[in-house]
Amino acid sequence: MKARTIKRHFREGLKNIFRNGWMTVASVGAVTMTLLLVGAFLGLILNLNHMAGKIEDDVVVKVLIDLTADDEQVIALGEEIEKIPGVATVLFSSKDEELSSLIDSMGEGGDVWELYEQENPLNHAYIIKADEPQATQQIADEVVNFDHVESVTYGQEVAQNLFKFTSFARTIGIILIAGLVLTAIFLISNTIKLTIMARSREIGIMKLVGATNGFIRGPFFVEGMLLGVLGSIIPIVGVLVGYKLIESSIGGMSSIGFVEILPFNPFAWQLALIILVVGAGIGIWGSLMSVRKFLKV
Amino acid sequence: MILMKDVYKTYDNGVTALNGINVEIAQGEFVYIVGPSGAGKSSFIKLMYREIKPTRGALFINNKDVSEIKEKDVPLLRRNIGVIFQDFRLLPKLSVYENVAFALEVIEEHPRNIRKRVMEVLDLVGLKNKARFFPNELSGGEQQRVSIARAIVNHPKIVIADEPTGNLDPETSWEIMRVFEEINNSGTTIIMATHSKEIVNTIKKRVIAIEDGTIVRDEHRGDYGYES
Repeated sequence: MKARTIKRHFREGLKNIFRNGWMTVASVGAVTMTLLLVGAFLGLILNLNHMAGKIEDDVVVKVLIDLTADDEQVIALGEEIEKIPGVATVLFSSKDEELSSLIDSMGEGGDVWELYEQENPLNHAYIIKADEPQATQQIADEVVNFDHVESVTYGQEVAQNLFKFTSFARTIGIILIAGLVLTAIFLISNTIKLTIMARSREIGIMKLVGATNGFIRGPFFVEGMLLGVLGSIIPIVGVLVGYKLIESSIGGMSSIGFVEILPFNPFAWQLALIILVVGAGIGIWGSLMSVRKFLKV
Repeated sequence: MILMKDVYKTYDNGVTALNGINVEIAQGEFVYIVGPSGAGKSSFIKLMYREIKPTRGALFINNKDVSEIKEKDVPLLRRNIGVIFQDFRLLPKLSVYENVAFALEVIEEHPRNIRKRVMEVLDLVGLKNKARFFPNELSGGEQQRVSIARAIVNHPKIVIADEPTGNLDPETSWEIMRVFEEINNSGTTIIMATHSKEIVNTIKKRVIAIEDGTIVRDEHRGDYGYES
């Protein structure tokens, strides 16, 4: 396509945006609302995924070994655990190691526990990591039935609640976003249909003198794209400003330690780019949908 | 040049418009299509610029089977055919010059050539001095001349006119016919559907009469043959 033609398409597309006045405002508004929610949900979901992933990675199954088990039985148990499908690594942690890690985790107050170094009441343990974090529960359920296992612990509650919540949020988010995207496309295609009605005569003549469909579509493509891009301005600003605020307020609480969100750079910029692309996509799709019918002559 | 072999056209609503048309039109001919309303004249004409496709049969233009042309290549066919209608079909918001230039712009002609060519055809149809006028400032005859200028601006080999004088008074009709003759003299094929007995009987050309979807008469230098 020639540069001159592209220029013409832009000129015509812009002309239509102004010609449609309030309908343009309405469809830009619809795109804006859609993209604001898309941005908020995407930001939330991606961050939840990120956090869940972090916690997932930390999920290990800890198998406490019966105090009565002798060395051979302990080794046999370790071999048996390794055979379970889905198990990535099995680490043996002696009761002395267990005690020292317990003391470490207690921080300053841990010194008190050093008394136990004389007569260690703890169990030997196996620490199992799964290939897939989701498999931890299954592995734990299996191991608990083995001989010489006193008990099995893992971060069941935290992990599972988080998984449930992420998938719930994801489902709701997708449904909401899909509905909004469709509404926005519908509004845009209606706006553009108005222009087409007014221009159907012109389109007819264009077809008659041998304009290609691509040429006729050009201005509508531009118009849709511009509607989408205009609609994404406020959401992009909103996401950038909003995320900065959230990041700095959570950053203040970071001494709590367990909440960690994706860093502003690059995440907020990526989110802005996604919003821009989705906006332009909605606009172009809506616009081309409405021209299609008129090209069949 | 134009060749129709056993062409049938039945519309989706069941109306049969063309019922076995066989005809050959050579390059440079001037042909009148006559016949009563609803006989199939318009369908005959629409076939040629691929507004409609034949239900059965073959239609060749420049040795190309038009019904076989892919949808995306239809614009290329139309660039070789100029079409003129009874209602002119001009764009009201564009000046005379812009209306004619439009036909070249949409086929992405270079601006320098557009300017030169548009003034050339406006000169040919005698509207050079009205290039800046808008369609509503012109008489019917002048508007039709603009639409003729637009139809021939990209040098089509064939010009198809569907009752071009239908909305014009007799005096203006003769002006239009003079323009057509001039175009025809430069070697362009002209196919013109008409109801005008005076024109057909005065400017003698080949006459094809269509009734009930078939050709009932095809004579060179023929008469209109109907009471108008």
